[in-house]
Amino acid sequence: MTRLFPWVALAVFASIPLWLHDPYLLNAFITTGIFIIAAMSLNLLLGYTGQLSLGHVAFFGIGAYTSALTSLGFDVELIGGLRVVHEPWPVWTGLVLGTLVAGLCGYIVGKLSFRVRGAYFVIVTISFAEVVRLVALNWVELTQGPLALTSIPPMTLGLPGLGYFDFYSKQSYFYLVLAIVVISYVIIRRLVYSRVGRAMVALKENESLAVSVGIDVTRYLVLAAVVSAGIAGAAGSLYAHYLKIIDPDVFLFLYTITMVIMVITGGKGTLAGPIVGGLIFGFIPVVARSFAAPEVQWILYGLFMILIVFVLPQGIVPAVENLFTARSKAEFPASPKAKIQDAP
Amino acid sequence: MNAAQPIAARPALSIEHIAVHFGGLVAIADMNFVVNEGEVVSLIGPNGAGKTTAFNIITGFLRPSQGEVRYRGTPLTHLKPHQVAELGLVRTFQRTSVFQSVSVFENVMIGLHRRGRSRLWDTLLALPRERESENDLRAKAHEILEFVGIERRANELAGSLAYGEQRLLGVALALAAEPSMLLLDEPVSGMNATETARFMQLLGRLRKLGVTILLVEHDMPMVMGVSDRIVVLNYGRIIAEGPPAAIQGNPEVIRAYLGQGARKRAGD
Ligand SMILES: Nc1ncnc2c1ncn2[C@@H]1O[C@H](COP(=O)(O)OP(=O)(O)OP(=O)(O)O)[C@@H](O)[C@H]1O
Ligand SMILES: [Mg+2]
Repeated sequence: MTRLFPWVALAVFASIPLWLHDPYLLNAFITTGIFIIAAMSLNLLLGYTGQLSLGHVAFFGIGAYTSALTSLGFDVELIGGLRVVHEPWPVWTGLVLGTLVAGLCGYIVGKLSFRVRGAYFVIVTISFAEVVRLVALNWVELTQGPLALTSIPPMTLGLPGLGYFDFYSKQSYFYLVLAIVVISYVIIRRLVYSRVGRAMVALKENESLAVSVGIDVTRYLVLAAVVSAGIAGAAGSLYAHYLKIIDPDVFLFLYTITMVIMVITGGKGTLAGPIVGGLIFGFIPVVARSFAAPEVQWILYGLFMILIVFVLPQGIVPAVENLFTARSKAEFPASPKAKIQDAP
Repeated sequence: MNAAQPIAARPALSIEHIAVHFGGLVAIADMNFVVNEGEVVSLIGPNGAGKTTAFNIITGFLRPSQGEVRYRGTPLTHLKPHQVAELGLVRTFQRTSVFQSVSVFENVMIGLHRRGRSRLWDTLLALPRERESENDLRAKAHEILEFVGIERRANELAGSLAYGEQRLLGVALALAAEPSMLLLDEPVSGMNATETARFMQLLGRLRKLGVTILLVEHDMPMVMGVSDRIVVLNYGRIIAEGPPAAIQGNPEVIRAYLGQGARKRAGD
């Protein structure tokens, strides 16, 4: 039953473009899907290692810019008159490079900040995001600064000789985003249910005890940061090639907050949490738009968030899971486990 | 009890001129002692004598102000705790320490970390080695829970166990890390008499497996019963060292600790 659930969910989502033709709603699904990927990546850090990356949008933005620049090409002069010219590459290499460069940044930030963790990590990530935003804003030669990178080509996939496939239509882009959601989900799931995931949870729960049995803290925190940043970078790349225009506003703190809200309300430290939270907070503006003014939309957004955090502090997914386990316990009151538990 | 030591005792752990200062407080002053392979040595002394501090130094949780610790010849002074554990030197904690919010079984699986053989690629690509490794670990986890005697609690949350069982789980976690030497910090504190007796049997079985043991414990009957040698610490200084019989009769030890301990227990 619970094993089947992800497959059912996948089938339902995969069917959406078949019956939903409203471009506005498809658009909402695509952007929500992109943010779900980012939220999933944040959840790996926040939910499983307990480290809050409040600059997570930096990895998203780095993925977006790297991917866009890879496919657009650039011509910049570095210090000392060194000129770097990059001819446009196939768009899919942008997705790969965006992921890798963001992952590399995750590695650097992780190495720098995981010596002293907790609040320090939060500060390093916020500062990192701000620095990257300033670079994007001021290195006009590379990024066009506030003028934005425009005419970013749409995503195409393919190799010479094997044919190309472009994701120009909303339907096809929906499937591309869904595919990346699934790949990210599978990567995170495999990590979490492995020795690596156990090490992460151990570090979050009781670091002294974890290191006493030989778990290398830095190694696993940096690994989580790399994977998390890489996936966020992939989301950023999808974002850039979907909107076809990006400016330094992709680094807005608001986006990080959106991801955090998605993770916390959905249930941090659960696989489905960011997806559920992402769908809810991705669609509140869409639904509210039909009957409320923009300010009212934001108020609704805030109210809904406060409501969930107060009523279900663990998030929606853990609450639903508890409901299920409570019911299955009630169905089998005489299980041997229950007896042992009741014994004094 | 005070079994004949092997003729050529090989030192496993050696503490050489260790001193620890916390600001002006001298927690340990020029500490020297050796634990030989396969030996059970107890480190005793009144509260605040520096026993836990010594454990923290040995296992890399604290850096000494001076001196050197060696395990099987390797200097430990600059190693991180997880690197010390990798050498086979594993400790337990004085304050009950388990991963509260996961099951007893998962706790041991975490403890087995060092024994997993799968690499990152095996995990990400779900290669056969990942499943084999996980299956092996699961089998070992059951073995360890059985060895310690909390097998039937496997699926319960660690935090929901009774106190004595949590202490046992702490030992199971340490055993999972495959120690060649085990450092136990007051393992039976908070256990009832039956549990303590069972724990002593467990120690006996561990020693048969060739695990070297350094024990910190206030329970004197147990210390006298299981130790080959005893090191007595008072205000950070070693005041006596020797087989249990000699320690029991040592007037300085009685004055500093045993007498006080007896008084304290009577007062409880
Ligand atoms: N991190 C620390 N900072 C400052 N002082 C410390 C620290 N850790 C221990 N101490 C002090 O060092 C001395 C030795 O403490 P330690 O915990 O090693 O004693 P112990 O022998 O384990 O005592 P007990 O039997 O109560 O566990 C005590 O006076 C303690 O207050
Ligand atoms: Mg102590």
